[in-house]
Amino acid sequence: MSRPTPNPTPTEQPFYDACQRGELQLQHCNDCQHVLFYPRTHCDACQGDSLSWRPASGKGVIATYTVVRRGVSADFPAPYIIALIDLAEGPRMMSQIIDAEPEALSSGLPVMIDFESWSDTITLPVFRLATGQTP
Amino acid sequence: MRGQYALVGMAESAVGVVPDKSPRELCVEVTLNAIKDAGLTLTDCDGLITCNAFAEPILYHAEAVAEYLGWQPRHCVTVNTGGGTTFMAINMAVAAIAAGMADTIVVAMADSLRSFMTRDQAMVVQSSSGHPHYEQPYGPTVPAYYALIARAHMDRFGTTEAQFAEAAVSCRAWAHQHPNAQKRELITVDDVLQSRPIADPLKVLDCSLVSDGGAAVVITRRERAQEGPHQPIYVLGYGEGHAYEHISQAKDLTTSAAVLAGDAAYAAAGLTPDQIDLMQLYDCFTPALLIQLEDLGFCRKGEGGDFLASGVTRPGGSKPLNTHGGMLSHCHPGNPGAMFGLTEAMLQMRGDAQARQLANIQTALCHAQGGIMSSHATLILGVEATL
Repeated sequence: MSRPTPNPTPTEQPFYDACQRGELQLQHCNDCQHVLFYPRTHCDACQGDSLSWRPASGKGVIATYTVVRRGVSADFPAPYIIALIDLAEGPRMMSQIIDAEPEALSSGLPVMIDFESWSDTITLPVFRLATGQTP
Repeated sequence: MRGQYALVGMAESAVGVVPDKSPRELCVEVTLNAIKDAGLTLTDCDGLITCNAFAEPILYHAEAVAEYLGWQPRHCVTVNTGGGTTFMAINMAVAAIAAGMADTIVVAMADSLRSFMTRDQAMVVQSSSGHPHYEQPYGPTVPAYYALIARAHMDRFGTTEAQFAEAAVSCRAWAHQHPNAQKRELITVDDVLQSRPIADPLKVLDCSLVSDGGAAVVITRRERAQEGPHQPIYVLGYGEGHAYEHISQAKDLTTSAAVLAGDAAYAAAGLTPDQIDLMQLYDCFTPALLIQLEDLGFCRKGEGGDFLASGVTRPGGSKPLNTHGGMLSHCHPGNPGAMFGLTEAMLQMRGDAQARQLANIQTALCHAQGGIMSSHATLILGVEATL
């Protein structure tokens, strides 16, 4: 497998370190309280540069999704599900929804974060349908 | 600026599968042919604007094309704004002439996604527009990005897959009348719905083609435009809108910055959507076309599906759209794709569109977008009578 794998910048490293531990961490702006994703040096709401990393719940809902029937490369056997997830803390994130039947999907469904290893040093967030339970 | 600059020459290469010329050679060919069409020679022109080619990337692309021709234009620049490149380049040409940097500029673009790349290479290079850390690792394809938008529109407005399919059917009906279109056989909504699934809800016939091809136009001042063999086509208005780069950063999935681009272009042209005789929009995927119809004011938000299903955009309809067949059926060689929307608008306004010629096209709106409905450019054109 050689799926594209991030090569984090120093700014991004805390996000990937947290993922490696099985935690989702998001940046919060100390000036305007905006919650950011993806990681940045400056807040994308107020452009301030005072940002703090805080743990996030890992809960979200499906904003929209697609079942990819023709994979981007041999490293991505189809079908697989790409979704935009609206995190409970506010930001939107692209991810995969794993272990779900396409027929079971719809926008607005609650999802819960999980983590999947992409390489020895990189673990990425993926999501599962929350199926009505709150883990 | 309204009416002060005009398109005076145009050329299209063969499109579809064109294995006998490289992208650079296609770019050279259309550059020379557009200059000839304008009744000019290379020495009459002093500017060149190009875009790069995925299949043959060149660090200094415009300079390389000029060098190939043994030409040293005063102004020479490569533009790279994805699918929106075409009309941003036209605007840069207008701005360069206005600034005194050149008098007569060729805008030329060509690429060969079909013959000079494998299908897998073309797929990977196009999906590389995704964020390298926060999108690409999950394996999204370009159709998948647009499928996310399509699903959001269906969820919010009740738009159906059959309504998206209407866009493909309409474009194909026009391509059926175009002798050079890559796909000419008529299709039905059912054909689209039954075609191979790519990224739900999009099927292969919802997706634009993968093509070779190039096109060029020549732009100059109004005073010089009168001297050519064809009636000049004037730039009446132009606008841009830029909302984000990556789809996962979009604040709104169902309304795009085409609204901003369109509003600016209409204001500059002093026209409203109902005064546009011909729409040449960016149909990389059927949902993109549907959303542009809404965002550019040709129908209300959420009613794009009904608008397409009414048949008004097809041959014989009152709102002709992509009369060459669009990128869904005429050709889509990547960044140059929207050039053919522009050259078709010129042909229709000149009265040279052969079997598909419409009566009395005085105004045309051309729209292009780069990224995943990210950045938008709207160009409004008019004939002499509109000045």
